[in-house]
Amino acid sequence: MALELYLDLYSQPCRSVYIFAKKNNIPFDFRRLSLLDVIGGVCLCSIAILLYLAEKFQTPDFWYPADLQQRARVNEYLSWQHMAIRMHGSKMFWLRLLIPKVLGVEVPQDKLDAALEDLNGSLKLIEEKFLQDRPFIAGDHISLADLVAIVEVMQPVGSGLDVFEGRPKLSAWRDRVQEAIGKELFDDAHRTIMGSQEAVKLMDGSKMQVFKPKILRLFL
Amino acid sequence: MELYLDMHSPPCRLVFLFAKAVGIPFEFKHVELSAGQHYSEEFGKISMIRKVPVMKDGSFILTESIAILKYMVQKYSSSVADHWYPADLQQRARVNEYLSWQHMNIRAHASKVFLLRAVFPVIMGSEVPKEKMDAAVEDLNQSLNLLEEKFLQNKQFIVGDKISLADIVALIEIMQPLGTGLNVFEGRPKLSAWRERVKKEVGEKLFDEAHEVIMKVGSLPEKMQNNSQLEMLKPKFQKIFR
Repeated sequence: MALELYLDLYSQPCRSVYIFAKKNNIPFDFRRLSLLDVIGGVCLCSIAILLYLAEKFQTPDFWYPADLQQRARVNEYLSWQHMAIRMHGSKMFWLRLLIPKVLGVEVPQDKLDAALEDLNGSLKLIEEKFLQDRPFIAGDHISLADLVAIVEVMQPVGSGLDVFEGRPKLSAWRDRVQEAIGKELFDDAHRTIMGSQEAVKLMDGSKMQVFKPKILRLFL
Repeated sequence: MELYLDMHSPPCRLVFLFAKAVGIPFEFKHVELSAGQHYSEEFGKISMIRKVPVMKDGSFILTESIAILKYMVQKYSSSVADHWYPADLQQRARVNEYLSWQHMNIRAHASKVFLLRAVFPVIMGSEVPKEKMDAAVEDLNQSLNLLEEKFLQNKQFIVGDKISLADIVALIEIMQPLGTGLNVFEGRPKLSAWRERVKKEVGEKLFDEAHEVIMKVGSLPEKMQNNSQLEMLKPKFQKIFR
């Protein structure tokens, strides 16, 4: 029975699953989800999917180490990130791109400033608590934590905000993660999000209008 | 093992309850959030994130209740029953699915309702605007609907016949607004029945012990009002309420 993955590469959790499956040569049928399905509330439990794939396909140990303390470090990051970088990176993408350019609603500067402050706070914690002086979050090797982290950090980048500027430690980590994943696969997975600024010009805002109240309540 | 806890916090109750239920010995280190103890220099040395719970096992320090639970299960695997975090691939995935989903749903919404009812008036100096409160309760209701319809369905527990980490994570979060007088179980017989099953599995006495503080949360506003740290805590809460 084939593995089907329902994905939309605008979505960070979908990118992490896509990269992980491709990197580990896990065969799957790609089923496209649209951005609307995502907003509509399709369950995005990518963490559970990643853990399932790692176990089922017996991927190399470093992705989710068997060692008690190393695994704990990965779990710690995977848990923390939901209400931190994921939320803040997502919000930035919505406030900078989707809300003004597709929904056609102006975003007040104070909201943008507050969102940036939150995002900076999360990035700071990634550098100072989760990375510190280590090459990767769990230690010497890349793990699911780094994969989940990088796709979230790339989200605001897609909206035109270079979060790596002035952050040499984060940039060096990004380079190591890209190398570990493989630049070609990394770029492939991020092609959609990196083309966002152009793509929004062509997006049909009328389809998103039905979600407007929910979106505005969530982000503004 | 040391656990840094404030029993007002659901993730703290979670690790407390689980450790006690499966017999993992630990030293309870109280961190009084309403007194701003998590902002002390001393606590900062334990965790720079300044949140609870924190686990200190020897020199190994770990934050995030979900990570702490999984650490406990793995470390004490020989004595922790399989059903808490099943080795079976699909059952474990169901547990992980809930643990992942709940952060931005049940946890976020139950927490918000609690904060609006118990803390907002003290911090903001006024009653919660009706539409804000209604929206928060509506979000919580939608999450509870999903819990019942997607995760629980007609099963005894979230994963099936046996209790797992998912059930205690869920129930403990739902208990949060209860102490403020909002009966989230009213009109939800399925959820109420599940609650009774979970309490029975964990041990009613232990469950009640863990929830003693939150059920007396009516006194929290007064406690905060009289606290010298209130001015320091205000801006931090205001961010959540804006």
